[in-house]
Amino acid sequence: MTTFRMNRRSVLAGAAATAFSARSMAQAQQPITIRIGVLNDRSGLYADLTGEGSAIAARMAAEDFGAAAKGLNVQIVSADHQNKPDVGANIARQWYDNDAVDVIADVPTSSVALAVNQITREKNKIFLNSGAATSDLTGSQCSPNTVHWTYDTYMLSQGTGGAMVKAGGDTWFFLTADYAFGHALERDTTAVVQRQGGRVLGAVRTPFPGTDFSSFLLQAQASRAKVIGLANAGGDTVNSIKQAAEFGITAGGQKLAGLLVFVNDVHALGLQTAQGLVLTETFYWDLNDSTRAWSRRFAPQRAGNMPSMVQAGVYGSVLHYLKAVAATRSKDAAQAMTWMKGNETDDPLFGKGTIRADGRKMHPAYLFEVKKPSESKGPWDYYKLLATLPAEEAFRPLSANACPLVRA
Amino acid sequence: MADVTIAAPATETAEQADHSALHRTLFIAMAALLVVLPFIPVVGYPFFLMKVLCFALFACAFNLMLGYGGLLSFGHAAYFGFASYVAAYTAKHWGLTPEVSILLGTVSGAVLGLAFGALAIRRQGIYFAMITLALAQMVYFFSLQAPRFTGGEDGIQAVPRNALFGVLPLGNDTVTYYLVAAIFFVGVLLIYRIIHSPFGQVLKAIRDNEARAVSLGYRVNQYKLAVFVLSASLAGLAGATKAIAVQLASLTDVHWSMSGEVVLMTLVGGMGTVFGPIVGAAVIISMQNFLAGLGAWVTVVQGVIFVICVLVFREGIVGVIGKWLKKPL
Repeated sequence: MTTFRMNRRSVLAGAAATAFSARSMAQAQQPITIRIGVLNDRSGLYADLTGEGSAIAARMAAEDFGAAAKGLNVQIVSADHQNKPDVGANIARQWYDNDAVDVIADVPTSSVALAVNQITREKNKIFLNSGAATSDLTGSQCSPNTVHWTYDTYMLSQGTGGAMVKAGGDTWFFLTADYAFGHALERDTTAVVQRQGGRVLGAVRTPFPGTDFSSFLLQAQASRAKVIGLANAGGDTVNSIKQAAEFGITAGGQKLAGLLVFVNDVHALGLQTAQGLVLTETFYWDLNDSTRAWSRRFAPQRAGNMPSMVQAGVYGSVLHYLKAVAATRSKDAAQAMTWMKGNETDDPLFGKGTIRADGRKMHPAYLFEVKKPSESKGPWDYYKLLATLPAEEAFRPLSANACPLVRA
Repeated sequence: MADVTIAAPATETAEQADHSALHRTLFIAMAALLVVLPFIPVVGYPFFLMKVLCFALFACAFNLMLGYGGLLSFGHAAYFGFASYVAAYTAKHWGLTPEVSILLGTVSGAVLGLAFGALAIRRQGIYFAMITLALAQMVYFFSLQAPRFTGGEDGIQAVPRNALFGVLPLGNDTVTYYLVAAIFFVGVLLIYRIIHSPFGQVLKAIRDNEARAVSLGYRVNQYKLAVFVLSASLAGLAGATKAIAVQLASLTDVHWSMSGEVVLMTLVGGMGTVFGPIVGAAVIISMQNFLAGLGAWVTVVQGVIFVICVLVFREGIVGVIGKWLKKPL
């Protein structure tokens, strides 16, 4: 088509052809070069949660898998999508078109993830999402080229909503960020709470993004609900938790339930402020021996910060993908996806699991409560486990799924 | 005395002819560049070029108001973003062809511009800027709160590139690039024509001394409103084209920081020059694109460049070149 591209393409085609003929001549283990693009927020609000830590996790996956010894030459590239869908879409296209990237991993921020989801499908590559919350990725917008690994909004409301009611928190009041994400969280959690026999006493819509939550918190306090659900994210969550601590809400016996809170948020808030907060995650560094061992290797590379569940998800998903390529000896997206869905996942962070037809990775979810400062034994000792939800309860059942791949 | 008065206009017309000859050459060079750009390595990635061109047109539209009308709007993202939603929505849910979607987007920009302009031009200076900002924020919150139309914070994804005029398929990025390039070129030519028309002369008079323009009998507010609507429509054209080219419309485009970005592009390139905003948009978008790997440093680098720009060449890149050449560009 164009001169420069002809050069580049012919080089690529040449390389591919060499690789192919080498393979067809059955020479031993011609190395397969795999390029993995870690696309996430490296400067904004999710930089701690994803950022460079996710790239480190991807690199660790390649090392732990022993990729080089298995004839895989894994290269990790990374970029900042600044939480803007058009920036993310631009990078994704450029990676696929010009930079020979085979897989995009991580991608927090739902709008960016949905854009990358579409592009990956169009270019027939693979998208291993770990960072985004939207359950549409495996629902109405599901794609045969996407795996959604770590968590989603359905699981968050199931985990925090359902398990809280079982633990005795049967009356709820919501502080809902006034935009579609907040509304969806409130709606889903309300359904779960009511199904479990709980009652929702009220809800208040807070302007998004908000800084002053005092009047809303007072309403929540006056409602005498046992649980105050925070159907918000990011800065809103941090601000509302801080102000709730100032009003002595948790000290007064009401529980705060954060519907989207990560361990890094708790670290930023400090135990004094965050104590008593209840939340759901699918990974915590101090969960068992293997998560501890892995996290202790991770933390020194991140200035002592423990991994978030999103970074753990990048590790798990990249590891599983590398296994697929090593097994099929092919970078073909369809083959790799078939292998990944057909074979059980097994990694030190999430344990054994499966990937469903709609691209949903299935693993248990955990309901945690943030410890009191007196209970914490040291830095990053933040959570105590309240309940474990099996994967089938945590994630949306296939029967209730709008994904066209499932119906087909 | 008589000699002087006759001589002055004569040299002026000669100079003007000289300038328009230069501009003609530049436009021809630009057209040629637009044609060959996709064949140049590294920068010639059609998807990136389309983005640059959409933002360049947006900055030109903004510059029409700021550079020639002297009106600093701080809410141009509203027209740009809203039009991109309209184009994306009509293409995706009504299955309209790109030219109709883009046209509808442009019209929505014009309507919004008429409504907001009619309110805003009653005030001047900082109050004018604040009113445009406030109205633009209303558009932002509407977009955030109307998920059925805008998709809320997820935006409208996977906007189809339907066949142009129902016949020419736009599946290929390079084909779409030429459509965007054509729209951009026509848009810039239109702006050039507006600036150099008698209407443009009056605008410049209003910009330089509003009281005098009033005393000369011009209905200043009508001129201001006209340039406001023109600028909003062209911003809408840019936004609608971007929605079709990039295949998504999102909150980023209606956010106030986008209004700030277009001010930055115009100032870096050169306010009140024809080619300045194009250069400014190219510089800023390339920076965002090629420095994406630097993460947080992109905004810092952007800030440093802006500071250097203000300190060293206050007229912007093209403004300074124009000064060297002693010719308006």
